[in-house]
Amino acid sequence: MSKPPQTTAETSEGMTRRTALKALGATLGAAAFAQAIAPLTEWTADLSVDEYLQKHYRELSPVDMAMVLHRIEDQTKADTGVDVTVGDYRPQPGVKFGYALNLSICVGCRRCAKACHEENNHDRPSGNSYIRVLEMEKGSLDMAKGRVNYDGPVPAKNKFYMPVQCQQCDNPPCVSVCPVEATWKESDGIVVVDYNWCIGCRYCEAACPYHARRFNWKKPEVPAAEINPDQGYLSNRLRPQGVMEKCTFCLHRTRQGKLPACLEACPTGARVFGNLLDPESEIRWVLANKRVFVLKEDLGTRPSFFYFFDE
Amino acid sequence: MKLSASFCLIVPGLVLLALAGRWMLGAGLPGQGGGDVDQHDLPPATVPAEVVAARISTVGSVPSHRPDGWQPKVDTGLRDATGASVEVSCTTCHATREPNRANGAAGVLPTKFHPGLIYAHGNLSCLSCHNADDYDTLRVADGGKVAFAQAQQLCAQCHGPQTRDYRHGSHGGMTGYWDTTKGERVRRTCTECHDPHAPAYPELTPIFPPRDAAARQQADRALTETLLPHHE
Repeated sequence: MSKPPQTTAETSEGMTRRTALKALGATLGAAAFAQAIAPLTEWTADLSVDEYLQKHYRELSPVDMAMVLHRIEDQTKADTGVDVTVGDYRPQPGVKFGYALNLSICVGCRRCAKACHEENNHDRPSGNSYIRVLEMEKGSLDMAKGRVNYDGPVPAKNKFYMPVQCQQCDNPPCVSVCPVEATWKESDGIVVVDYNWCIGCRYCEAACPYHARRFNWKKPEVPAAEINPDQGYLSNRLRPQGVMEKCTFCLHRTRQGKLPACLEACPTGARVFGNLLDPESEIRWVLANKRVFVLKEDLGTRPSFFYFFDE
Repeated sequence: MKLSASFCLIVPGLVLLALAGRWMLGAGLPGQGGGDVDQHDLPPATVPAEVVAARISTVGSVPSHRPDGWQPKVDTGLRDATGASVEVSCTTCHATREPNRANGAAGVLPTKFHPGLIYAHGNLSCLSCHNADDYDTLRVADGGKVAFAQAQQLCAQCHGPQTRDYRHGSHGGMTGYWDTTKGERVRRTCTECHDPHAPAYPELTPIFPPRDAAARQQADRALTETLLPHHE
């Protein structure tokens, strides 16, 4: 039994419509696959599978998050030999943090900047800190005229001292410019950075009118003996190279009810911290009873950080 | 015409704004610690007893770094066999010694027995604060005892604004918890920061000079201005 002869129309074209469609489909499929696996080309030897997956698939279940935290703890142990605890401290309901600083009292001793340096596992060689203390002329609030590299004894005549750190703005320009949503504002007012998601473009550093963000040009060096083992995923854990970082009001402390490290270190009691939603809190008393201002109010950033004077 | 009209509005407006700004800043910024100068000059007796009682009750006891029975020690100026200075409690001498009620103003202190004591605290006499009946405690104006560790109750008698701010957590600092439902907050007593005999806050040497790029740029700029004073 022989096959019926094929029609000339089919053979002369060389392929059927079905074949053509199959080829087209295969090409598109291959392209789509190549696109889908393109991130794999970034997969370098020093990136673990888990780390890779976290970088490209964002939503984590609580179990996933616990695994991420354990992974970071293990990695820190392997890198530095130090046992650390990395917690994912979440905002507490009914809490919005506020910070106020008394410019009549601050003497510019920079103990807050040092406490920040130690608490937040900052790079030792560059002396990094989230706090910059400006020595200002009395009668002016022009930040640009503030001097950072003054020396003692303090307070000098006709000067006042203005420590500047992240103002945890309610309208944060650093968040809106981030192209990858690696930085965002949480419900208690803290603006945070996910170091595993940040691509290090430094747009946020440029956008911040308070000079509050820092970039890790290299992996921060902290001697093992000086590593603060109480760490938060979104705060003071050891940062990788090439990511942004910023003050988080010490969220690994404050979200557990503790005071921030810079406040505890202040020898003059110039710093007041608390829950803005609690009408009985010290911070609310300051806002209601002192002469209070925010830095660069005209920019509309709506800071949660306030400066005040005694009478 | 249009230009000059807007000038008429803008220029006085700017002048007013500048004046208001100067007034606000000028009034506020030099205020460092200026509030209590007058109070130092007031003799303690001018504060009525009921005001004193009210102030003490508003400040109350606080959880302190110093335990309840804490007492200051007086350096005798002597050295023991190991070379350490010999420090004694107030009662070591005062248990057997009649208090000299005339002692007080700077210059007439028995420096032989209180070596190194610098006194610069208004016109108070020793017994304005020290308790001649019990040198292990302090004495408030109504004769009540106050523990050394709770000195804020004594200081509150004269330093009203500071007491108000201390009570509201905006003077004196603290450690521990902002959320006192989760843990204790420890307050500093006045005398942990202020020398009670010379309470003006001392000058400090700043620590931890910045080494970041911003600081370096600023240093470079300052150097340029020093080397090239006419550089614009």
